[in-house]
Amino acid sequence: MSIFKTLREKPWDAQVAAAGNAVAVAPIDPQGAARIALRFIMAIVSVLFLLFIITFLSRSQYPDFQSLAGQPWQPFTDPTRLWINTGILAIASLAMQFGLASARSAHLNRAIVGISSAVFFSILFLLAQLDLWQHLYALGFYVNTNPANSYFYVLTALHGLHMMGGLIVLANVVFRVWYDGSPESLSGPLQLCTTYWHFLLGVWLVLFALLTSRPETINALAAMCGF
Amino acid sequence: MQHVAIADQTEELHDPHSFITKYVWSQDHKVIAIQYGGTAIFVGLVALVLSGLMRLQLGFPESFDFIDPSAYLQFVTMHGMIMVIYLLTALLLGGFGNYLIPLMIGARDMVFPYLNMLSFWFYLLSVIILLSSFFVPGGPTGAGWTLYPPQAILEGTPGYDWGIILMLASLAVFIIAFTMGGLNYVTTVLQARTHGMTLMRMPLTIWGIFTATVLGLLAFPALLVSAIMMMLDKLIGTSFFMPALVSLGENLDYTGGSPVLFQHLFWFFGHPEVYIVALPAFGMVSDVLATHARKNIFGYRMMVWAIVAIGGLSFIVWAHHMYVSGMHPAFGFFFATTTLIIAVPTAIKVYNWVLTLWQGNIHLTVPMLFAIGFIFTFTHGGLTGLFLGNVVIDLPLSDTYFVVAHFHMVMGVSPIMVLFAAIYHWYPLMTGRMFNVTLGKLHFWFTFLGTYAIYLPMHYIGILGVPRRYFAMGTTDFIPESAQTLNASITVSALIVGMSQLFFLANVFWSIRNGEKTGHNPWGATSLEWQTPDVPPKHGNWGKELPRVYRWAYDYSVPGAKEDFIPQNHPVTKEEQTGGEHEEKA
Ligand code: HEM
Ligand SMILES: [Cu+2]
Repeated sequence: MSIFKTLREKPWDAQVAAAGNAVAVAPIDPQGAARIALRFIMAIVSVLFLLFIITFLSRSQYPDFQSLAGQPWQPFTDPTRLWINTGILAIASLAMQFGLASARSAHLNRAIVGISSAVFFSILFLLAQLDLWQHLYALGFYVNTNPANSYFYVLTALHGLHMMGGLIVLANVVFRVWYDGSPESLSGPLQLCTTYWHFLLGVWLVLFALLTSRPETINALAAMCGF
Repeated sequence: MQHVAIADQTEELHDPHSFITKYVWSQDHKVIAIQYGGTAIFVGLVALVLSGLMRLQLGFPESFDFIDPSAYLQFVTMHGMIMVIYLLTALLLGGFGNYLIPLMIGARDMVFPYLNMLSFWFYLLSVIILLSSFFVPGGPTGAGWTLYPPQAILEGTPGYDWGIILMLASLAVFIIAFTMGGLNYVTTVLQARTHGMTLMRMPLTIWGIFTATVLGLLAFPALLVSAIMMMLDKLIGTSFFMPALVSLGENLDYTGGSPVLFQHLFWFFGHPEVYIVALPAFGMVSDVLATHARKNIFGYRMMVWAIVAIGGLSFIVWAHHMYVSGMHPAFGFFFATTTLIIAVPTAIKVYNWVLTLWQGNIHLTVPMLFAIGFIFTFTHGGLTGLFLGNVVIDLPLSDTYFVVAHFHMVMGVSPIMVLFAAIYHWYPLMTGRMFNVTLGKLHFWFTFLGTYAIYLPMHYIGILGVPRRYFAMGTTDFIPESAQTLNASITVSALIVGMSQLFFLANVFWSIRNGEKTGHNPWGATSLEWQTPDVPPKHGNWGKELPRVYRWAYDYSVPGAKEDFIPQNHPVTKEEQTGGEHEEKA
């Protein structure tokens, strides 16, 4: 791998130094910095959720933990509502992709349609999640009645917050393009936003799978982690 | 994206005009660095005063009415947390990271200056939240800087109500600030290096700061996760960490949560944190040593590898802080082994520093004194760490003053030594003037000798069995009278060391106006930050054109060269390519 090759370089060698004189470091690429930053953001967010998931698995092995699926009276034994929300989020992702493709092929109107429907469905997703919270509350699944409930609320809230962060950045991108008035420059930043949307969809799918797992699955996963 | 381009814009930048945009809402990395540094040193002084108060109580128990057991615990907690997070992390990365990264890699600024500015303001907010806890009912939390539940949020612990909430909130804000800053540092290093500045030509300072930032970005989420969950346990009665328990005769509503889970999360952050402050210090001390010994750093590649290896390993040693919490013996064995393995790259670094000095042309300047002082304190702290890494030795010593002495040597005093070395070393660059050397030397000797006067006896007290986080010893059979005498002497030394920091403050402030003007590159250093057209560097750093880099950062005393250093932006000559290569350069 190139990183190992880099680490084996001998910068003190005058021959090498002379040979390296001509070498320019990566050409200046305004999008490059943002792309690297996005990669780091996705890594950090993954670590954040991963840690939550690990504590979830560990906590699940204590006797008071009652997972949200499995028994008929538990809310996610029938995950229809979650599927609907997942569908909404997936549509948002697709709309972003469509917007991106249109921006790339310089179809500005289509790009705007794509972005606005992505925003619409993202907000719809957030509202649907809120509605789900209310539904659970009505059923008596409060935040503090069981650790499984607590995890459900915390994880969905955190995911929602990251969605909102994405919306703010997206708004910023659109505004800048609007006012600086060079629609060709839209596709670069939009590419990054789209990646982030897909990433959040991926995170959500993992959370979805975890939160609707039956106790046997959770126990098996926890056992694999050594809890 | 308009911001991105600033870092490597080829044309000159112009100063912002108004005072506000220049010094307050500044997006210039150098101003932000000074803002970070000033704030960090200010809270650091608060923490220093707190340690003085603790020492007064320990040295002369029953003499001070206003220090009661609760206040003592609050002092301990705030002192520890401020020193580790709000002083060291902020000053090393927010301060020096910000100042040095663009200058050392030849960029005009950070790649996201606006985010960088936000990072500082969030940091300031976190400091304000933290300090405000001194003024709320019940005062700041006294849970210890480790904040272990269940006690951290239960009645009986000082500040269990407001204090702990503010602490957790402040930490969360700090983490957001750090993440914004950290994204900038890593992206700038990866993306905005000037022509010819390959990764392996970067000074070790940058390698240290870069790796530490990556560690921070991946480790702080663990603290965030634990802060969020503890906050919920406190505020809405979830049971992430809180077991079913009876407190003050009352059954609480908590069901069977797991306090040990918190400990794992905390130390999964806490151990890398040690290296978040150590790695930048390692990097900076390497550069100070090489510059003032007029010699290339011994084993540059090995140093880079060691930094990266230590960074990686630091994620798999955390449970050595939890031997007394109880764990499967196999885990104890595993974590003891990894802990001892991490000593290998660390020892390599120490050897390389010493070998850099070997036959160097050592100039005992003030920064050099501090850098050499660091080699001593770090070696001592590291050696006791090897003891504590073993389960059987740690069990009796855990929670005694031996541990306090160990971690102060290794992560308290050592990074502080490097910070002083760095401040003195880069002072002429930041201000264009030289500090007062006599005051600097006084500062060094008081601090260095004082450190030993404080911490050497502490090891001994610890072996006697004096426990840490104790307000007073009372009458205890196994601890002889004489331990108290020792305690009094430690306190006197600590107060002297504390006061001697006035040498430093006076020096820094006095020399800004009255120091001798130094002009360019007074130390004869090779790295790029000293090659700026203006001293101190102006907005945009490089005037009309970005520098070009032709060599690594350690061409000191090259045989045949005119001077005993060749800056990184000087092209390699013909003679260098033919001659010289066999004689030197390990
Ligand atoms: C003159 C300098 C310093 C003095 C005199 C001093 C003194 C003390 C004392 C007396 C304690 C409490 C011990 C106990 O009762 O358990 C303590 C704890 C601590 N100190 Fe320092 N300290 C100094 C500098 C530092 C620095 C630079 C750091 C940075 C890492 C630091 C980090 C800590 C930590 C993490 C704790 C543990 C807090 C806790 O137990 O929760 N100290 N220090
Ligand atoms: Cu550790």
